[in-house]
Amino acid sequence: MSAEEKMPKERIGVYVCHCGSNIAGVVNVAEVSKWAGDNLKDQGVVVSRDYKFMCSSLGQELIQKDIKEQKLTRVVVAACSPHLHEKTFRNACKGADLNPYLCELVSVREQDSWVHTDKIAATEKAKAIVAGGVSRVVHHEPLTPLKVPIHPATLIVGGGIAGIQAALEIADAGFPVYLVEREPSIGGHMAQFDKTFPTLDCSACILTPKMVDVGNHPNITMLTYSEVQKVDGYVGNFAVTINKHARYVKTADCTGCGVCWEKCPKKVIDDKFEAGLGYRKAVYTPFPQAVPKYPVIDDINCTYFQKGTCKACEKFCPTNAIDFTQKNEIMTVEVGNIILATGWDLFDARRVPNYGYGRLANVFTNMEFERLSNSAGPTGGNIVLRDGKTTPKSVGIVHCVGSRDKNYNNYCSAICCMQSLKFAHLVHEKTGATVYNFYIDIRTPAKGYDEFYQRIIEEGALFVRGKVAEITDAARNPGEEGKLIIQVEDTLVGKQRRIPVDMVILSAGLEPRAGSKELAKTFGISCSADGWFIERHPKLDPVATMTEGVYIAGCVQGPKDIPASVAQGAAAAARILGKIQQKEIALEPVRATINEEQCSGCRICNTLCPYNAILFHEDTMVSEVNPALCQGCGTCVAGCPAGAISGTGFSNLQILSQIDGLLLLTLDKKKEAVVA
Amino acid sequence: MSEEVIVNSPPSAGPVKHEDLALLNQVAKLAPGDSHLEMCIQCGTCGGSCPSASAMDHTPRAIFAMLRAGMRDEVLKSNTPWMCVSCYYCTVRCPQDIHITDIMYTLKNMSLKSKMVQDSTASDFSRTFIRYVENYGRSFEIGLAGIQNVTHLRLATRLPNMAPMALGMLTKKGMSPFPPKRIKGMDGLKKILKRAKEMEAA
Amino acid sequence: MSEYLFYPGCSMESSAKAYYHSVMSVCKTMDIQLKEIDDWNCCGATEYLSLELTPAYALIARNLALAEQQANGSKTVVAPCSACYLNLSKADHYMHENKAFGEKINTALAAGGMHYDPGELVVRHLLDVVINEIGLDKIKEKVVKPLTGLRVAPYVGCMLPRPDYNNRYSDNEHPYELDDLMRALGAEVIDFPLKTACCGGHMTQIGPGTAFELIRRLISSADDYKADVLVALCPMCQMNLDAFQGQMNGYFHTNYHMPILFFTQLMGLAFGEKPENLGFGSEFVSAHEAMKRIGIKTPVLEPTKPAAKKPAGLPMPPPRPRSGEKVNIGSEEASQ
Repeated sequence: MSAEEKMPKERIGVYVCHCGSNIAGVVNVAEVSKWAGDNLKDQGVVVSRDYKFMCSSLGQELIQKDIKEQKLTRVVVAACSPHLHEKTFRNACKGADLNPYLCELVSVREQDSWVHTDKIAATEKAKAIVAGGVSRVVHHEPLTPLKVPIHPATLIVGGGIAGIQAALEIADAGFPVYLVEREPSIGGHMAQFDKTFPTLDCSACILTPKMVDVGNHPNITMLTYSEVQKVDGYVGNFAVTINKHARYVKTADCTGCGVCWEKCPKKVIDDKFEAGLGYRKAVYTPFPQAVPKYPVIDDINCTYFQKGTCKACEKFCPTNAIDFTQKNEIMTVEVGNIILATGWDLFDARRVPNYGYGRLANVFTNMEFERLSNSAGPTGGNIVLRDGKTTPKSVGIVHCVGSRDKNYNNYCSAICCMQSLKFAHLVHEKTGATVYNFYIDIRTPAKGYDEFYQRIIEEGALFVRGKVAEITDAARNPGEEGKLIIQVEDTLVGKQRRIPVDMVILSAGLEPRAGSKELAKTFGISCSADGWFIERHPKLDPVATMTEGVYIAGCVQGPKDIPASVAQGAAAAARILGKIQQKEIALEPVRATINEEQCSGCRICNTLCPYNAILFHEDTMVSEVNPALCQGCGTCVAGCPAGAISGTGFSNLQILSQIDGLLLLTLDKKKEAVVA
Repeated sequence: MSEEVIVNSPPSAGPVKHEDLALLNQVAKLAPGDSHLEMCIQCGTCGGSCPSASAMDHTPRAIFAMLRAGMRDEVLKSNTPWMCVSCYYCTVRCPQDIHITDIMYTLKNMSLKSKMVQDSTASDFSRTFIRYVENYGRSFEIGLAGIQNVTHLRLATRLPNMAPMALGMLTKKGMSPFPPKRIKGMDGLKKILKRAKEMEAA
Repeated sequence: MSEYLFYPGCSMESSAKAYYHSVMSVCKTMDIQLKEIDDWNCCGATEYLSLELTPAYALIARNLALAEQQANGSKTVVAPCSACYLNLSKADHYMHENKAFGEKINTALAAGGMHYDPGELVVRHLLDVVINEIGLDKIKEKVVKPLTGLRVAPYVGCMLPRPDYNNRYSDNEHPYELDDLMRALGAEVIDFPLKTACCGGHMTQIGPGTAFELIRRLISSADDYKADVLVALCPMCQMNLDAFQGQMNGYFHTNYHMPILFFTQLMGLAFGEKPENLGFGSEFVSAHEAMKRIGIKTPVLEPTKPAAKKPAGLPMPPPRPRSGEKVNIGSEEASQ
């Protein structure tokens, strides 16, 4: 008997799953299980079974019974991908007092039955995969998950309705929140709207109470006119560096009286809040109900910053609150979890040349129209043409501008059909004008939405089914002079029509924010090809991301209406509150460790580590991995020229053994061939 | 004895032939590039953009709906492709990236091959144009205009200021009333076109 | 000196002689050498494509094959006619994109002992070469007689900016290349909304009613904007708008008198060439009056329509065609 054979063998249980017909339809599961039981005895297999659904309670109990009765020390399950049920089987082992990391799940479904049709070959492959798992699991070690504390504070990036909802929920539960917002005030796009569908609630009236709550909440620290620069750390322990842009206003002294912007002589086109349709001053608050109420000075347009003169605001401020010497402040906060709720940007309708936006005066976008209709907007809520005085007698509303279009954005922007119907109502109510809606489909799926559509039909809006081909001012006959002509095929009639109107409203689509890709990188999450942030699972986990501790809520995940954004903000908050309540979180113990004796101090691993998890000890001239920061990616393991780093759960010995197991059958056949 | 009453359904709703169901795919395949015709969502951008839509008996979008419905005869009899001016508005604006103008050329070819063209004014013009090219290697505008207007006299005589325009072509623009000089490689070109036609017919 | 393979197209020798002469003149000034493709054949315009696909593309490809054979250094084919340009570039594009199609066409060409490797040549319209190879700065240097006071409607037509498979032009519907070129010559460019609307093509022979309506739209729009001349860059467009203007007037009982010139004719004038050498006088609708006007320094005509873009005061800023464009919003002093 060799020395190897004298060593105490592990007692391994092998379980091969049928997964209904998913595996059994291609792989002869019973044959694999019998083969493992007969041929892998010398590796330590003492029991080998097959079962219809290993992940079911009965399947798990089967394993647990064997662990107790057969005194198993290792378990190999051959079933689906670890991505799905690794946790299930690990927990089953834990339930029978076997360390969960002594269980190995090998995939004979995604890697075998689902990708092959040759049943004989697939069965042989399954045997090899099981043999690989058995060889490997012998070298597994019992591991304990690392427990890290969860910092109770939360960072929320984005002060729109989703961010506000999340902030209030967490703060109301008694935990601190940092709410970072790029603009001088929170509120987001919802603050720009006039009315919201389908109830036609005044948008500001339902939003501002929440904004005020946020402003007054003892648990919320609002960091407006600020941006996140850097994020370090990991779930439960993030260190976030934030740049607070100088407002040039001393908030301790400012009363929000508004004299400064009254006296400011520099008028600027307000491209943000007024959507380019109105003006503001160089010192301004974005809108009257801004939270916080303190104005900011726009140093790009302010005469003092550009030429060194003026300073009218400082002269007239009754409390001496203007301070031109203020500097940006960099601060770092510690938080346990992060929610990204940065919202959307509007599609630039100038990209569609046939619609004439940017060229024809009376073609407006949806956001411009919201400002037109809003009583706090540039026209005091009067719906008038660009001249500021004429009320339109006919208005055309164009659906799907820049959406559902391979020339621009392929997706549907979800809210524009309802928004267009809302506009039809507002125009009708305020002006009595004839309203046309030009659509491809009418998408009104949620509660009260289709009833709203019925109401708009009742109000007399005219619907033409056809995607607008062209908007032009080139008249062909006297009836078209001085009007905007919408040229479209009325597909239900089957003829091209030219419909003269006074005003056109383009329902431009939603796009991810400019700079989304950079923001995603800062937080370590991914964007889709369109630029929306990717959720952990599109059906079952819409607010978590693949990065532990970072959540997404609202339109940053994809276009959606206000109720859905609010729901997602609340969902993200609930997930975080759950984590905070637990006070600590268990991290996967798959980590890298450096063998001090073998480390030569070359420090190659230090720079390779994407998580900055490796420290170098100057005194001993060796590197050390911080297990809390380490994510177990394996880069350093591969990069170490001395082979001094190994990954727990993925050691060289484990991987090489698995390869030996996989090749067992092939090598045996070769031996037979040689002998024969 | 009860009489069985047989009710005739209207002729256009007769049984659909197998090849008609595949009509859409057949047309898409005949176009030179990847035309994406099957992606049509019937939005109407093409019909809305077309400068000659008012002269067509069916808009381009309607033609695609008819292709999908397997209405082979109606499509091939339609004057729609012949009214196409190749301005490409439809192609650049189509949200599904369909190469509509190329489909129109394909439909012209198909309607000629199937001999279903109703009004031959356009195809006569094209045939006359090409006859010169196939003989000289160059086009001959005066000859073309002459033949077209003579064979379609009713059309020509309805137009005002025709004579001064025709005269002006010769005097002002200095266009030659004589056929062009034949290109040197005419034999080679004839062989090329003959081979191409054989492949087309296959 | 830049050298290009030149594909004139049939019209240059018949209805568009003015284009030919002016092209030759301005190319000399700009130091462009045009080497005419020897024994080129007609591209088939839109006619052959209407009949049979394979022969149509084989007809076009013969020219590409000849050009490839005769290419000596330069790999760019320049065509001054939009339809010829589109046909040549489309044939190259499809033969390249669809290998089977390319082989089919080459099989046909082989019967005449010819072959074309798709993608070998670059096909460009003359305007593209002027703007992107020569460049507006060089053009401005060559201008000796700026066309000050001449109101020009830049008409690009449809086949140049569309389908634009190679993304050569700034926009499919409102490109600014021709505008910028005319401005470089010193002319006043009007913001002509029908810049790329179709001229009707061969519909003048097939459906004259349709064609005349398309022509009328273009002429009346240029007239509304008080343009002195309309410049075109395609022989078909120029012929339709010029030669058929009389018939169109008769059909609609209108009385337009809009001279239609080739852009190279205006370039030639600005470069100091004599009008006779640029084909002036061969147009149906005489450009005599318009040119007389700029022989002398003229005051800028005040247009009655449309209204000039005044910087708006209250309450809304004017529309901005290019994003990020600075708009003059009037005095810095806001009303208190």
